[in-house]
Amino acid sequence: MKIIVCIKQVPEGVDVKVDPITKRIIREGVKSIINPYDLYAIEEGIRLKERFGGQTWVISMGPLQAESAIREAIGMGIDNGILLSDKKFAGSDTLATSYTLSLGIKKIGDFDIIICGRETLDGSTGQVGPGIAEHLGVPYITYVSKIVDIRENEIECIRLMEDHYEIIKTKLPVLMTVIKEINEPRIPSLKNMLRAKKIEIPIWNAEQLEGNDQFFGQDGSPTKVIDVWTQTIKKDGRKIEGDPEVLAEEILKELKKLGVL
Amino acid sequence: MKIKIYYERCNLCKECINKCPFGAIEIKENRIVINDNCTLCGLCIKICPQKAIEKEKEEIKEIDLSEYKGIWFFVETKNGEIASVSYEMLTASKKLKKKLNEEICGICFGKNLKDKVNGLIKRGANKIYLIEDDIFCEFKEEIYAKSLAYLIEKYKPNIVLAAATMLGRSFIPSVAVKVKTGLTADCTDIDIDEKAGLLIQTRPTFGGNLMAKIICERHRPQMATIRPKIFDPANEEENINGEIIEEKINFKIDDKINICGKEKIENIVDLQEAEIIVSGGRGLKEGKNFEIIQELANLLGGAVGASRAAVDSGWIEYPHQVGQTGKTVKPKIYIACGISGAIQHLAGMQTSDYIIAINKDPDAPIFKVANLGVVGDLFEVLPILIKKIKEQGGK
Ligand SMILES: Cc1cc2nc3c(=O)[nH]c(=O)nc-3n(C[C@H](O)[C@H](O)[C@@H](O)COP(=O)(O)OP(=O)(O)OC[C@H]3O[C@@H](n4cnc5c(N)ncnc54)[C@H](O)[C@@H]3O)c2cc1C
Ligand SMILES: Nc1ncnc2c1ncn2[C@@H]1O[C@H](COP(=O)(O)O)[C@@H](O)[C@H]1O
Repeated sequence: MKIIVCIKQVPEGVDVKVDPITKRIIREGVKSIINPYDLYAIEEGIRLKERFGGQTWVISMGPLQAESAIREAIGMGIDNGILLSDKKFAGSDTLATSYTLSLGIKKIGDFDIIICGRETLDGSTGQVGPGIAEHLGVPYITYVSKIVDIRENEIECIRLMEDHYEIIKTKLPVLMTVIKEINEPRIPSLKNMLRAKKIEIPIWNAEQLEGNDQFFGQDGSPTKVIDVWTQTIKKDGRKIEGDPEVLAEEILKELKKLGVL
Repeated sequence: MKIKIYYERCNLCKECINKCPFGAIEIKENRIVINDNCTLCGLCIKICPQKAIEKEKEEIKEIDLSEYKGIWFFVETKNGEIASVSYEMLTASKKLKKKLNEEICGICFGKNLKDKVNGLIKRGANKIYLIEDDIFCEFKEEIYAKSLAYLIEKYKPNIVLAAATMLGRSFIPSVAVKVKTGLTADCTDIDIDEKAGLLIQTRPTFGGNLMAKIICERHRPQMATIRPKIFDPANEEENINGEIIEEKINFKIDDKINICGKEKIENIVDLQEAEIIVSGGRGLKEGKNFEIIQELANLLGGAVGASRAAVDSGWIEYPHQVGQTGKTVKPKIYIACGISGAIQHLAGMQTSDYIIAINKDPDAPIFKVANLGVVGDLFEVLPILIKKIKEQGGK
């Protein structure tokens, strides 16, 4: 079985700063990490291999430095990594990103399962997973909380919706986006980290992906960010201390004022 | 854009090499080549005496934007009823109509909905495109996506809105890919730029710390998902003027997904729809103490949330988790009990309208976002509060 995990490198934390003049997100001095949701995707990929055999891949589209995210995933136990990197990919929105990743996945070839995180810390659209599936023409399942079994080319899993879980079966190949509930990501092992350090990570550019240039990067992105600003959520709140009886009374008064009671 | 060199015209005068501000042109094997430094500034095209450098023609067939008319919203249903978010999407559409003056159309899939969609017309929708078919009884992405894409291709709307619920976020992205247009996620505001007539979409990222304005200039429709609870549900109007247009599925749907069972989540009032959320964190000390939280939530008619710490300790199930790896919520009132307020938790709740925090540590970061910060022991304060609310006869 061939499992491909899509990961994105993102700036750590949500406490971002924007350069007031260039409107760019300030990345200097901010550590880059694997998108937190993608750790669950990586872990599930490794577990699937442990349960059902096969090989695991991670793929990422991003600048050259995203290679470190790929090595980290290999440190956790993923077998191979591919980086899609080209100046032509710059400025991709989710349509262009999912197009580019789908070409990379096709080039890896013969996949059975593609796993994506639920969404990213930075763009947080959650649109890339379904987008890749659509480009590849494979079915997809979002918000997967458990993979029950894979038998005779059929996968059974559980997905979360707003107020219920669903048990879903489908034939492979399939793409899924996973949520935190699915597992607990492991810490990289020493042995795998050594392997990750040495392994060669191929970098594929636009030409190697044999796509249509007009669908890459900014040209291939219908959406355009025209302004960004930070929002400081500072409430002009008040703090109260003292006797619990008085505190409870204060809360009660506030709830009444808000029209709840 | 791409640069193309017509070698038959080039006489290797090197003018372009000398003038290129980026050092992006060189000679290799007796030919001009453009290297990776190129920023597509186009200066070389202008200055080449031989006119040997040209912009490669874009093959994208420019679509005729004026063909696309109408403000569409997707009508989400829940257990055969129209979900409340659908009325919010109608309000959002009405806001756009004020400036755009195009008709508002609701798109609805399901069974036995004819009477129910009338409620949307009474509230201001001009048209409802309705497809009634058994295949919509279960929500399946491929079926919903294909049907919506079919209608979009047939009627060419200018704008398509849908709620950013789990359902909307699951299938709308593949609709956008099918019709090859842009999609802005999770908007907290939308408006029309009157000069250009474009949809201006405002959305939070980085857990609400960064706001972005996004447009979709050259592709149609302009698509956006909109967070629940941003717009109020639409009210009934006086002069209504609408019709229901029934459509049929006359295309093949390759449905590979098989839903073999469903399990309701106990005790979960939909967190994203709840007006009041009472949340518990590590300060609760053990799982059974969530009973206090549940009791207060019940009294206030609200839902129960939790911090990651509480979920990871196994005190309550994951669907209750609020924060970066859980749900993003924006209730009218959020009551955080025994939650320290790690940045990842704040990311999921800081845009709530009114936040009350109860924590015995006066320096807990949760107080930074609280409108009312209560420094005290939740085990003392909450029982008294509950008693007082009961004395009043509850909500
Ligand atoms: C402030 C801001 C707002 C934006 N808003 C929008 C918007 O509304 N619409 C839009 O189309 N674009 C938007 N973008 C662009 C978009 O965020 C990214 O550029 C796009 O490349 C990835 O989308 P995402 O981060 O939302 O990923 P998501 O769709 O949230 O990611 C889901 C999963 O897809 C996989 N994945 C995502 N990106 C990659 C990658 N590069 N390589 C490998 N796997 C990946 C991962 O498994 C990830 O967990 C925005 C960008 C910014 C900075
Ligand atoms: N009895 C209590 N009443 C109020 N707050 C408490 C109590 N016990 C612990 N806390 C707070 O609970 C928080 C733990 O939050 P978290 O780790 O986010 O779940 C800490 O900030 C403590 O100060």
